[in-house]
Amino acid sequence: MPASSRSASGLGSAPAVVTLAAAVALLTLLPILVVLGQAAAGGVAEARDYLLRPRIAELLAHTGWLMLLTVPLATVLGVGAAWLVERTDLPLASTWRTLMLAPLAVPAFVSSYAWISWQPGLVGLGGAVLVTTLSYFPFVFLPVAALLRTLDAGEEEVARSLGVGPVGTFARTVLPRLRPAISGGALLVALHLLAEYGVLEMMRYQTFTTAILQQYAVGFSDVRGSLLASVLLVLCLVVLTLEVAARGRARVSRLGSGAGARALPQPLGRWTVPSLLGLALVVALAVVVPVTMVLRWLLAGTSQSGAAGLPADLLWVTLSTLGLALGGGLLAVLLGLPGAVLLDRSRSWLATALERTTFVASALPGVVVALALVTLSVRWAPALYQTVPLILLAYAILFLPRAMVALRSGLAAAPPELSEAARALGAGGFGVLGRVVLPLAAPSVLAGFVLVALAISTELTATLLLAPTGTQTLALAFWGASDELDYAAAAPYAAVMIALSVPLTVMLRRQIVTAGAEAPTRGDAAADDPAARHTRDVLELVER
Amino acid sequence: MSPTLSRRTLLAGLLASPFVLNACSKGEEYVPDPEKLQIYSSQHQNVTEAWAKAFTEATGIETQVRAGKDSSMGHQIVQEGDASPADVFLTENSPAMTVVERAGLLAPVDEATIGQVREGMAPSSGLWTAIAARSTVLIYNPSKITEAELPQSMMDLADPAWDGRWGCAPGGADFQAIVAGMLADRGEAETTAWLEGLERGATVYQNNIATMKAVNAGEVPVGIMYHYYWYRDQAGDKAGSGNTQLHYFGNQDPGAFVSLSAGGVLAGSDKAEQAQQFLAFVTGPEGQEILATSKSMEYAVGVDVESDPALPPLDGLDAPPVDPFTLNSDQVTDLMTDAGIL
Repeated sequence: MPASSRSASGLGSAPAVVTLAAAVALLTLLPILVVLGQAAAGGVAEARDYLLRPRIAELLAHTGWLMLLTVPLATVLGVGAAWLVERTDLPLASTWRTLMLAPLAVPAFVSSYAWISWQPGLVGLGGAVLVTTLSYFPFVFLPVAALLRTLDAGEEEVARSLGVGPVGTFARTVLPRLRPAISGGALLVALHLLAEYGVLEMMRYQTFTTAILQQYAVGFSDVRGSLLASVLLVLCLVVLTLEVAARGRARVSRLGSGAGARALPQPLGRWTVPSLLGLALVVALAVVVPVTMVLRWLLAGTSQSGAAGLPADLLWVTLSTLGLALGGGLLAVLLGLPGAVLLDRSRSWLATALERTTFVASALPGVVVALALVTLSVRWAPALYQTVPLILLAYAILFLPRAMVALRSGLAAAPPELSEAARALGAGGFGVLGRVVLPLAAPSVLAGFVLVALAISTELTATLLLAPTGTQTLALAFWGASDELDYAAAAPYAAVMIALSVPLTVMLRRQIVTAGAEAPTRGDAAADDPAARHTRDVLELVER
Repeated sequence: MSPTLSRRTLLAGLLASPFVLNACSKGEEYVPDPEKLQIYSSQHQNVTEAWAKAFTEATGIETQVRAGKDSSMGHQIVQEGDASPADVFLTENSPAMTVVERAGLLAPVDEATIGQVREGMAPSSGLWTAIAARSTVLIYNPSKITEAELPQSMMDLADPAWDGRWGCAPGGADFQAIVAGMLADRGEAETTAWLEGLERGATVYQNNIATMKAVNAGEVPVGIMYHYYWYRDQAGDKAGSGNTQLHYFGNQDPGAFVSLSAGGVLAGSDKAEQAQQFLAFVTGPEGQEILATSKSMEYAVGVDVESDPALPPLDGLDAPPVDPFTLNSDQVTDLMTDAGIL
């Protein structure tokens, strides 16, 4: 269908939708503007004196070493595991697929708590690399596994028939086509590392994010904090640009939708046992250790008094966490709606600008968003500082890109022809949206809503700065106790966070399994092929 | 999943969430009630709440507490300026109060209130008063170091001989108050040199408790911290301090610095009289008794009020004579920034 007929369906070009979408886009850019503005407010001399000193070089070096070690390690681990699970005759592949995603159910800062309470000497770079690699490699595994499932095996068969060995075949035909998934996954790992606070604070390994939190404790929302945050923003944008370059422009899939060949599983032979042992080791380190330690401390805290040993406020804290999570998820979905409609129904320059804005916003670390909102509210709207609406806004800005992905794939399920028919029958613009489009988009939208809510329920950094006075969340209560090294008191909150995150793993597993099965409902004028588009969606779903 | 089912689930989920949210956040969020006395407090929450409750019982004046952390709350009040809803500000360490004081946002404390606390426990400016006190101590692990090997002065720790053998938590307001005391007592040159020694040789921990537990575990032989974390742990199961002892420097050493928790009335308060009443209550016999028996293990500062019997007497600590008014946390932050610690 020509693009013109799509924008003619009306909704995408309705002034209200355009205005709302533009307003939301500006809102997501607001943290960047505030932080840069506040940093500039100190003047060039202050910026130079503060930033050009050994301490900043040390923070840069720390951040750099962490990225240099964790990103490649997580990538190798993720790609290797994905290949074993999706392309070989590995026994119990389906179980391993779940297990490789299970680390996502353990928030990274809970994992570092478990490790450090078991091995207190594990501080500094070594501990930070260990925990972040184990926590983040699923970000690579997920998109690579999804893409491997959809990848046409034809090229591999040709390579094999020409006498190339299995390793060579993988390296020369599969790996190049995995480029978008690998670079996308590596991007996520890198962005997470830049934004990580809990793990690094616990490991006593200082990076920009921990330094920003420290500067906040010393000087509140002062110029220095914003200067540090500006450097962090620049690092995020550099990573984003590198990824765009690394992804490449080469086409990675076949043209047209001929019958794709399902790959024949590569026999592992004598490598079966080592492969199984390797995967088992990863699961042991990434899942068994954290869960065992949480249970151990949970038992230590409750062994004498049973359930009475649980904190009295556990239920209350869980409920208020869920309340914030649902509220934030709802707000993110609502704020994402105008943009998603605009992107789905029109291809104007505005839509393109919006798409890029969302892309940039997806790289925003929680600490930057929170610092900007603190600065903004204390200066201009003191009544909003430390209120529920403000923290919900922070969550919505942080997770808007993720909500947008879900909304867009949902809207794709509601073809414009239906909207046009409804209009012909006399329905108004919002009537069409409410009665035709949204009901069809509901499953995807709901999935997006749940994903965002789950992410919020374990959010730590922005919550530390913006939590309404007196409000306790699971992450805050956990952090308060573990910060005092009171491991037993922290365990119940950790256990609830893990329990809440299990559905996340299940939902993401479905993303791999349905890969390829999900044919696009209609041709997309943007001409993305389904595999690449699916990869991108999977990547964006796990963001943060 | 049938579309009908998911549509219903979606609708139910979306409609229910704001209600869940409301149910969960009601009464928690800070919305200043103009009828109530607004207490901004970075002092220990249980102590603050005990004071507020007893004050309301004694006077009928209703209060509302907003909890925060020393430095950030001090700066928050400054940024809120005259519009700040705060009537009273209570801190853990006085430098957070001097931030507000320097911004010209404090009203003089009633002389009768200052008369209730011990000599030297209020700044020369008269703009705030001590409400509690804590002492700097050296914690050590006797299995790693003998008493005879301990440093004579906290200043000695900057000596290269101590590199890698001591720990502290310089990122926190607690420690920054100690450095502010050193700065007021010994001047900028000595403090700068000491901070350089810290940057080079100290193992940095997140907070006092982490420092204490590290010494307890033998990671470092000695650490600098405040006394009350140790006494609280000793009063409990001793899990974090069982292997350790405290050493008091005394001798008016910077390491014997006594940090004052401060209380002040905001100049912009529209309840100035009740705010003064609250400070008078906190520093009076009843308020100080609440503190002394709160198990917070902080020192009471009221005239003739005894602190917890486990603590060595406050008057015998031989702390350096420092006018708390001169404690300058901004300068400390700058020095620590220059030294590369922050």
